[in-house]
Amino acid sequence: MTAEALGRSSGERRGRRLTIGAALVALFAASAVLAPWVAPYDPTAVPAALSDTMLRPPGPAHPFGTDALARDLFSRVLHGGRVSLALGLGVEVVAATLGVAVGLLAGYHGGWRDSLLMRATDVVMAFPSLILAIGLIAVFERPGLDKVALVLVALGWTTIARVVRGEILSLKERDYVQAARALGVGHGTILIRHLLPNAVGPIIVAATIGVGSNMIAEAGLSFLGLGAQAPTISWGSMLAEGQTFLTSAPWVAFFPGAALLLAVLGMNVLGDALRDFLDPRWRD
Amino acid sequence: MLADLLEPAAKRVLALLPVLLGVSLLVFALTAVGLGDPARAMLGQRADPELVQQIRRDYALDRPVHVRYATWMSRLVRGDLGTSYHQQRPVAEIIAERLPATARLALAATVVAVVGGLAAGVAAALRPGRLLDQVLMSAAVLGISTPVFWLGMMLSLLFAVWLGWLPVSGYGDGDWANLVLPALTLGAIHTGTIARMARSNLLEVIRQEYIQTARAKGLAEWLVISKHALRNALIPVVTVIGIGIADLLVGAPLTETVFAWPGLGRMLVAAVGQRDLPVVMGAVLVFAVIYVLANLLVDLAYLLIDPRIRRDR
Repeated sequence: MTAEALGRSSGERRGRRLTIGAALVALFAASAVLAPWVAPYDPTAVPAALSDTMLRPPGPAHPFGTDALARDLFSRVLHGGRVSLALGLGVEVVAATLGVAVGLLAGYHGGWRDSLLMRATDVVMAFPSLILAIGLIAVFERPGLDKVALVLVALGWTTIARVVRGEILSLKERDYVQAARALGVGHGTILIRHLLPNAVGPIIVAATIGVGSNMIAEAGLSFLGLGAQAPTISWGSMLAEGQTFLTSAPWVAFFPGAALLLAVLGMNVLGDALRDFLDPRWRD
Repeated sequence: MLADLLEPAAKRVLALLPVLLGVSLLVFALTAVGLGDPARAMLGQRADPELVQQIRRDYALDRPVHVRYATWMSRLVRGDLGTSYHQQRPVAEIIAERLPATARLALAATVVAVVGGLAAGVAAALRPGRLLDQVLMSAAVLGISTPVFWLGMMLSLLFAVWLGWLPVSGYGDGDWANLVLPALTLGAIHTGTIARMARSNLLEVIRQEYIQTARAKGLAEWLVISKHALRNALIPVVTVIGIGIADLLVGAPLTETVFAWPGLGRMLVAAVGQRDLPVVMGAVLVFAVIYVLANLLVDLAYLLIDPRIRRDR
């Protein structure tokens, strides 16, 4: 294969990856947003004649089957996506904003502020993330999704802070920044108008992958009983229920996990593809 | 050569001290915030008031916060992690009992990931862009995106429940058959990461001139790959193995819960449920120290493999 042909085919593959990632994310987002209108049943309603309809395998009436309380799993998976999306996205917006602020401050000012902020990121990053999340949640009186969100924000800002700091460090010595400074442009304006736009690519990439990590972390914590509590529907707590019936009714565990896998896969593939487009250093 | 190694190695060890200090401060802060009155929690509500006073003095609970930290720290360096509320015995003892099972699982998962990841990465890099490459790399992304606990359940469903080849869960007195599914589960993410890294490094190295030279002098392709390319391509992979230790430790509570594996991770989760905070904080601290030390080892291994960075940094 000639170099040119190789280049063309890897370009095609990049485009295909972007399409697959964007399609999965769009499917996930649409089903989560439209769940109240699309879901065929009330996801929390427990029918009176429980024993007739509980733990039914997938069929025409219930495409994903029913759980131990005879609730429609398809409707529950759709509604579970709302929690996953809201938490994954919401946490990432706050954490990324925090990370950008820390990265800008550290990279631009340097000196003691840089040392202090970077040592703080070192310490947070010295913990395997989910372990520290479990430790933080243990401090609260009772678990819940609000605590999960708080904890994931507290842990989620470090990667973006490092990325932004690195970009700013290399950008701030450029001539155009020096020129702006010589013209008397204020620090705030230089940071927001001249430095931040150049770091947007890596921020978007890190944040996209961050959304997926948040979703996995929320599901993991809820699976362990440390996140969403009933009646809140989370894929993680559905999986915990599913484990109880793994031998007799495997569909209860299969569908929420498959949904989580596809959603996270979409985020990761999209993040990878965006990296190829936005960050030329990663192009192979 | 040894002197060359010693200085950068010492530098890396010294650089850890502020991080470890920060880790201890954070865990102390969590303990201080979360405990309420540790003396009461330790002894129960109807404890002898004199005994409560005794504990308060021993742990300096009636003193300013920096004195409490110093007391806590001096106990910590002597290996005293406090007493479990739930089991009424030293936390260090409980952790020491659970650590071997987690270590065994983590090591097995690392072997799975390194062997599987390198094999897949090299196989993919030999014919880039072909079908095998695409299948392997898609599998790698899939592995990275799969929630470990769900993967564990599905593997257990397939190999234990339906095929009946392996036990569903449990430690089985250290039987190898019990280790297979947890190790595959825990190693999956890590396998994907290593495979991707190995592939892209190998592709980069293959393009370089000395590889062209080796080919030009008529060396067999497998010799070119194994003797010339792989050694250099592996250097960054060592770092990924280090990063992957985080994946392993993060996956431990989940994988151990799915497979009823009597390790540190499952103990941590149970302790949160019992609100046994000394055990929780002890486990968090131990996990963090293992992680920091593992990364140090990776850094040192890096020094050993790659002579170039000994002088640079």
